Amino acid sequence: MVETLQNLASGFAVALSPSVLLYAFVGCIVGTLVGLLPGVGPLAGISLLLPLSFGLDATTAIVLLAGIYYGAMYGGSTTSILMRIPGEAASVMTCIDGYAMTEKGRAGAALALAAVGSYVAGTVSVVALMVLAPPLAEFALRFGPPENFALLVLGLLVLAFMSGGSMAKALAMAALGLLLGMVGIDTMTGFFRFHYGILELGDGIGVVPTAVGLFGISEILLSAGKTTKAEIHKPRLRELLPTRQEWRQSRWPIARGTVLGFVIGIIPGPGHVISTFVSYALERRLSKHPEQFGQGAVEGVAGPEAANNAATSGAFVPMLALGLPSGAVPAIMLAAMMIHGIAPGPLLIQQQPELFWGFIASMYVGNVVLLILNLPLVGLFVNILRIPYAFLYPAILAFATLGVYAVNNSVVDIWIMAGTGLLGYALRKFDFEIAPIVLGLVLAPMIELSFRQSLAMSAGSYTIFATRPITAVMLLVGLALLLVSFRHVFTGRTGWRGAIGLEGNP
Amino acid sequence: MQNERRKGRLGSRGLTTDRAAGVALAAFAIFVLWESRNVPFGTTAQPGPGTVPVLLALTLLLCSGVVVAGGAAAPRVASLPWTEWRQAVAILGSCAFMALALERLGYRLTIFVTLLALVSLVEGKGWVVGTIFALGFSWGTYFLFKTLLGVPMPLGPFGF
Repeated sequence: MVETLQNLASGFAVALSPSVLLYAFVGCIVGTLVGLLPGVGPLAGISLLLPLSFGLDATTAIVLLAGIYYGAMYGGSTTSILMRIPGEAASVMTCIDGYAMTEKGRAGAALALAAVGSYVAGTVSVVALMVLAPPLAEFALRFGPPENFALLVLGLLVLAFMSGGSMAKALAMAALGLLLGMVGIDTMTGFFRFHYGILELGDGIGVVPTAVGLFGISEILLSAGKTTKAEIHKPRLRELLPTRQEWRQSRWPIARGTVLGFVIGIIPGPGHVISTFVSYALERRLSKHPEQFGQGAVEGVAGPEAANNAATSGAFVPMLALGLPSGAVPAIMLAAMMIHGIAPGPLLIQQQPELFWGFIASMYVGNVVLLILNLPLVGLFVNILRIPYAFLYPAILAFATLGVYAVNNSVVDIWIMAGTGLLGYALRKFDFEIAPIVLGLVLAPMIELSFRQSLAMSAGSYTIFATRPITAVMLLVGLALLLVSFRHVFTGRTGWRGAIGLEGNP
Repeated sequence: MQNERRKGRLGSRGLTTDRAAGVALAAFAIFVLWESRNVPFGTTAQPGPGTVPVLLALTLLLCSGVVVAGGAAAPRVASLPWTEWRQAVAILGSCAFMALALERLGYRLTIFVTLLALVSLVEGKGWVVGTIFALGFSWGTYFLFKTLLGVPMPLGPFGF
């Protein structure tokens, strides 16, 4: 414990240094702006801004990107509450009672509850992250190539299991992402695969242009031509305080949402989305006045907002401790680390303590920045929403192109961005999840290397995956998930995935 | 009666989204399998650079097959709204233009032309407004990223 506190103190020394503090601040503001823009979301925002972090050192870059991530979570809530337009998927539940509170003239209270709930959940979950990640990383040091392979495969299977739509569709997307990751030089033999004479593909298909294309460009393609404008409510500063009763009504939902969100966030998958749905359902089940849900129930705002923010921190546990991204955003942040020469994995905390503890400390700082910054400036931020989309999307497109080009000064990346943009557009039109593609692309080299190293260790015997206990358990869990997800095909009954709307066709 | 039953089993709903996507993904998987014949497979005990791509392509083929098999209940492709297709074509065309022009015309000119085309032509906001917006954005972002942030950006043949 003493060592943890000492490490945290050194982390604060990093986080409170002027340059890191500045970028945490910038990240929070940019993240809030990104979260405000409907459809752009933290994923597209981080993808678009990732290239701009290349000139920074690794710690500052990760702090900036993390600031964008949890800033976007808060920004998404603002449009949900003021305009009934969710800034991103995790803000959908806040729309229901948040906007209802706005219609009753309680917009300020809703914003304050969302902000405070997010702050409390964010702070508590960062403590949990700080406590959980180091021992988990120590445990993972016992992992060899077979365990790494099993963990990565399990991570992909869990992500597919927890994603919306059918398991087969999610697995197909993961396989597609993994295949895209096969382009380029094979690390073990130096063989040049699937390059078709394009030298730039020697390093493979970049994560940045792919992520920007799949999320950013596809969103622009889907949203182009939109003309609908919604009424914007601008609360006054003096209306920002909830009543004493509203504070009392919100404290247990915030506490429950924090725990729920953190636990769900650790599990690979869209944890921040699922946690909000589960929190809302739980609060309605526990409430003495469930009929108030949908009419401006405080619990319907406080719980999901806390869960959303806690899930954000939870998602960083496997990313930092194991080098396993639990979703597309951690995958991109992992890619950012690798671009900066940081090898993610269980050794990260030991080898890069200033990065890990600086990151933890910056999350504390970021939560405070968000709380102080966003409430008074909410009136300013919502003016961004008045910019006609006809001007906004060309600007976003130009930023995207600049960002992607800046990675390698290569126009091949712009072509990749355009191609994956078209791919993402088509897949989303056809109701396919695209996050597994990015995850597959990031994990492909690691999965292949672990697989082939395992066989090298065992002189070609596949029993190595069955005889090592941790490996065998993880692969069995993955197999169980596969069987459970396809069970309804044979029994005809809807399981829990179907009950919460995750099930699609087989 | 038999024709109606046959239609009910297979084609009365037309091509669904899942089936269309499943077929496309399966075709891609087969393409990868075909291309992998040029990549050394190695052996199952000592996998070469071609082993994992083949395994992944087979996985994709299997998943695509499952998606196609279960795709009858998905919406029909013809029922999807494509109201944004004109803007989508323009945006993709702009991306292609930017890829071709960025290193030939330079950043500022390329972005200026792209934004002018999108705002004035595609969105119909007028040439004056479009010109002001495109000029301000292209020169403003160049100043911000190249001059202030030091991000390398291509210059055109006219020195800007």
